[in-house]
Amino acid sequence: MHYKSDELSIHKLMVGYCMVENVKELLKLHKDITHEVYLDNENSSFVPQEILEVMLPYWNKKAYGNPTLTHKPGWEAFETIMNASGKISRYMGAKNLEELTFTPGETEANNTAIQGAAFLQKDKGKKIVISEIEPINILQTVELMSKFGFSTTKIPVNSEGFINLEKLNKAIDNETILVSIASINSEIGTIQPIKEAVDIVKAKNPQTLFHTDASDAYGRIPLNVQNLGVDMATVSSFKIQGPRGMGALYVKDGINLERIIEGSIGTQKLWPGIENTPLIVGFTKASELAFENFDANTSKMRRLRDKLANGIFDELTDLRFNGPKGDKRSPDNANISILRAEGEALTIELSLSGVYVSSGSACSRRLLQPSHVLLAIGRIFEEAHGSILMKTTRYHTEDDISYVLSVLPTAVNRIRGIVGSTGVH
Amino acid sequence: MSRIPLPYNPKVMDLFRNPKNLGKMEDATVVAVAGNPACGDMITFYLKIDEANQTIEKAQFESYGCAANIATSSIVTEMIKGLTLEQTWTDITWKKVTEEIGGLPSVKFHCGVLAVGAIKRAIRQYFTQKGIATPCWLPHDFTFEEKQALEEEELAKTLSKRQKPEAEK
Repeated sequence: MHYKSDELSIHKLMVGYCMVENVKELLKLHKDITHEVYLDNENSSFVPQEILEVMLPYWNKKAYGNPTLTHKPGWEAFETIMNASGKISRYMGAKNLEELTFTPGETEANNTAIQGAAFLQKDKGKKIVISEIEPINILQTVELMSKFGFSTTKIPVNSEGFINLEKLNKAIDNETILVSIASINSEIGTIQPIKEAVDIVKAKNPQTLFHTDASDAYGRIPLNVQNLGVDMATVSSFKIQGPRGMGALYVKDGINLERIIEGSIGTQKLWPGIENTPLIVGFTKASELAFENFDANTSKMRRLRDKLANGIFDELTDLRFNGPKGDKRSPDNANISILRAEGEALTIELSLSGVYVSSGSACSRRLLQPSHVLLAIGRIFEEAHGSILMKTTRYHTEDDISYVLSVLPTAVNRIRGIVGSTGVH
Repeated sequence: MSRIPLPYNPKVMDLFRNPKNLGKMEDATVVAVAGNPACGDMITFYLKIDEANQTIEKAQFESYGCAANIATSSIVTEMIKGLTLEQTWTDITWKKVTEEIGGLPSVKFHCGVLAVGAIKRAIRQYFTQKGIATPCWLPHDFTFEEKQALEEEELAKTLSKRQKPEAEK
């Protein structure tokens, strides 16, 4: 929509929005909250004290040097980073620690994988294959690659989000240089048959590189990059309650991806710049905590997630559960479309009660942009607009979920009360 | 696609939490709807009109939408109370509504546009339904706000169609 108005007038209309004062007032509205439950672990996460404490000395007590330099703090950093690489690469099932590169997060790891693999193989072919429900950072990266002559085929998914393996088979030919399919869809929790997909791709074209964004799989389902046969895999720190700004890319030994950013050479070839040792330590600690009690952790996530989802379905009608049920779903993920309630209004209403979730809509001008994942599994726009995404962690308690269930139906009913008969005419 | 931070001002939040003039009006003179749930934005206005003076006695609303949609709809019902239909038509613009509410994020301007589009539609509807001759202040051509509402509804026709077989419920 184009608003014919001079800039001054637009500024006046926006003045209430521009003021940071608004945020202060918004926060004041939360002052009487007695219980807070953060379930928006898709978009960021809190860092638990036990992880924070392990990170702290690395800012100013030890290993704060540049790991490439010849002094004690540098050597300490080098030793710390190598130990961290060793642990995380073992948790991923990699052959050796040289296969792991730390990046500032999932986005940067996925960009490195897609762009690096495409540029590496530009003389072999120009075809990339992904699923239609890949994360935005993959979708936008393949869009970028189209400017360099690469084309992308998007494999459709069924109503539960599983990729169509037959169509994947048909899409692979001698020109296909790269396939990227996330191990678990971060929005609807679908666990993809990655091993089968890799076998199909490699049987058709052994030269095709296979990347999987395993950010949502790491710490939730057994993951072994060698057994899966993938060439590249992304993992993310905050998705297992480690610090934000940290992730890693596994690249199988012998594949020399093109570097996508330039700079001073640290210890890492693929991602230059000085390693962020404290965040790497935090990521490693979060990995240890996730994997040392893997079964207990994932059982707890699943139990709390089921209590949450079942509790919502017991209290409310006109709901849709998005994604598969049972053992083909990530243990932490609950994604529910709440009909006759708009998602943004609902997230604000819940926030005022101390429950923090995200919605499947993002406002962009006149049109709310619904989640591409929900549309791909056959949801209509209205169903996508009213969706909320919640992820349980090993740190949540039964009390937390009981609290959510005590406030969520009231919040939904108030928003639905405003809607009234609108849309039913 | 990027998400935009939406620090709503206290007035928007107050009307979101305690909307004024909310709910269906059984004895409304005219009822007008604008927008569509597929666009995430829909409003119903109920107007009680003093027909002798062509004055809005009372206005109520229901809305499917975000906090800005709810707040702008609510404030419009306050702004038009006691105004003649002509005053409403002439004076109530989306910019005025946005100013009255203390400003909105630019991505939410469309909420005020839709609310005013719905009110203008209600006024047109009143004259059509009653079979009263169109007054000279009421233009034949649609205003900016009405056109925007129509455009949104056209868009919704495409968006409402299910692109794929329905997922298991």
